[in-house]
Amino acid sequence: MQPIKRELETKTMILNMGPSHPTMHGALRTQLELDGETIVKAASEMGYLHRCFEKHSEHSTYQQIIPYTDRLNYLSALMNNVGYCKAVEELLEVPVTERCILIRVIMCELSRIIDHLVCVGTNLVDIGALTNFWYFFNVREEVYTIIEKVTGARLTYAYTRIGGLARDVYPDFGRDTKAVLKNVEKAVKDVSGLILNNRIFVERTVDVGVVTKEEAINWGFTGPCLRASGVAHDLRKAEPYYFYDEFDFEIPIAENGDTYDRIVVRFEEIRQSTRIIHQAIDRLKPGPIDSGDPRVTLPPKEEVYGSIEGLMNHFKLIMHGILPPKGEIYSATEAANGELGFYIISDGSMRPYRIKVRPPCFPIFAAYEKIIEGEMIADAVAVLGTLNIVVGELDR
Amino acid sequence: MNLKRFFGDTILTTQVDAVLGWGRKYSLWPMPYGTACCAIEFMGTVSAAFDISRFGAEVVRFSPRQSDLLLVMGTINYKQAPVLKKIYEQMCEPKWVVAVGACAASGGFYNNYSVVQGIDEVIPVDVYVPGCPPRPEQIIDAVMKIQKKIDKGTLHVNP
Amino acid sequence: MSILDTLKQKFPDAILSAAQDHGHDVVVVDRKKIFEVLQFLKNNSECPFEMLLDLCGVDYLGKDPRFEVVYHLYSLSKIKRLRLKVALPESDLTIPSAVTLWEAVNWFEREAFDMFGIHFEGHPNLKRLLMWEEFEGYPLRKDYPIDKRQAIPTLDDIV
Repeated sequence: MQPIKRELETKTMILNMGPSHPTMHGALRTQLELDGETIVKAASEMGYLHRCFEKHSEHSTYQQIIPYTDRLNYLSALMNNVGYCKAVEELLEVPVTERCILIRVIMCELSRIIDHLVCVGTNLVDIGALTNFWYFFNVREEVYTIIEKVTGARLTYAYTRIGGLARDVYPDFGRDTKAVLKNVEKAVKDVSGLILNNRIFVERTVDVGVVTKEEAINWGFTGPCLRASGVAHDLRKAEPYYFYDEFDFEIPIAENGDTYDRIVVRFEEIRQSTRIIHQAIDRLKPGPIDSGDPRVTLPPKEEVYGSIEGLMNHFKLIMHGILPPKGEIYSATEAANGELGFYIISDGSMRPYRIKVRPPCFPIFAAYEKIIEGEMIADAVAVLGTLNIVVGELDR
Repeated sequence: MNLKRFFGDTILTTQVDAVLGWGRKYSLWPMPYGTACCAIEFMGTVSAAFDISRFGAEVVRFSPRQSDLLLVMGTINYKQAPVLKKIYEQMCEPKWVVAVGACAASGGFYNNYSVVQGIDEVIPVDVYVPGCPPRPEQIIDAVMKIQKKIDKGTLHVNP
Repeated sequence: MSILDTLKQKFPDAILSAAQDHGHDVVVVDRKKIFEVLQFLKNNSECPFEMLLDLCGVDYLGKDPRFEVVYHLYSLSKIKRLRLKVALPESDLTIPSAVTLWEAVNWFEREAFDMFGIHFEGHPNLKRLLMWEEFEGYPLRKDYPIDKRQAIPTLDDIV
């Protein structure tokens, strides 16, 4: 956008959109240099929610880190659990049963749905469309009810374990989930009917915050923000894991890379996630959820009290914990925001030597100050919502 | 309001206290100072399923100058603490503070170089809500406890 | 020809080791030639690595050289990953910055500087990212205790 040329002598003003701000979703800070309403230059700052996940992981055992991973991206906490356990399982080379994989896929896709619901809902509140927030949160409560019946918690679950899951799903899980997914699709249909052709919404979001394909790749974007800029890349199709190559679903791609595209890509991803969940539920067969590998799974109580091997195995696992071999691994999954990577270095002891989390929104927030240059303040607000910066993940 | 100086602690001032308390407690204007996961549970509290507006606390204003109940939700770390203090000082009397969640109450399970071990190291707190994150019903319970506290309050400003 | 063989052929003295680890390609590079290697990896036509996914530092306390910088590169067109590791001694903790090749690396390098004290030559704005400006020490080093707290800072302008 071109700043309007004036004959008058003007000075720019510095405005602080500080860590406590209605539209700053979480503790983010951006200082803007303004010429009227137009942003001439911007500088962002983060670190207001730095909770030292990486330092804590050096002082905790592998199982104790699982609750810490929940709080990384707290909107879709199960994906962090799954990502972390997948990394440790790959380091240990431990097999995981089919039922466990399918339940993890269902939980991940449910988490992706609720993450997108919050992202789009709060973004619409910032633009001014408040009703959609209520519609989305009603559906989110229904999804919470199911997840609470399975895991016991509403927001932070610690549901996965290394080599399996904490507990199996309840018998009517498939039927309840399918009923809730109908409501999810209805809510998405209602909201998209309300906003996608609404003139105010279109004027506020089309051609706002445009990110071209080359810029997105150069800035390290992944996930819906990358796909909205036209790059057809999704880890579930490019490097499939957990049976994603056997499910029938599509990856939504948009062309412009503006705010409108990022919102529409998220709507479409919710629909595709419901498809995946339906297929996964149909494929679910009775079976064990733990691999039974003695390096990671506690033996059943009959064996612990019945045989000496079971007792010794139980004792070793409780006293010494899980002992991966010396080495390192980088494991990535397609989280709601993009590629969530865990780089784990193990020195053979029961605590990891170093864990580095590659948060998907870190490069995205780094680019925020460049995206909003030349835009107006109101556009900066609209853009921030679609980038879906979750500060727990950003600052770790 | 220095009515107590003129009338002393009599039936007149206690009746005015009661009416003002009734007005204040049923029209709390919360300021959600949400930093982390607990803020998402607060979003659930204001949504239609749990609905904090039944208790009068519907007008959620993100400006400290326009609110009287500060809900601190989420971890506060050393970089954020001066900001929290500034926001608290910008609020006008009478004001109440609720520490929602384990991190705001005591630092949670983050005992490290960056996290303040409880916001009462920085500002005075009225009600603590345990939980990680607490259920929406617990947050509503905290608002009800603030309402009870306002009932017992007087015309004097909070010390 | 695999990327490991290409690298070994083109930079025989700079590549200290090239192997596969759990199915991923890992290359250990000499610090003096890291910028040329990264430039070659980004611009070569056989397998261009258009995206830099991650950069982190590691502290191997007790070993010499003590620190290591790890790059994770990704090729979108060929769907290939590569991990590069560069060892840095504590006495000379500098490495050329890769910010002219991939813009994404800007904040990753700031974070490595903040957490470990690794200095990136040629970085436009090497300031602390997660901790505050007056913080002393580098928190993720192994000799920094987890609960060593420092005085609360004041706010400042960043533009």
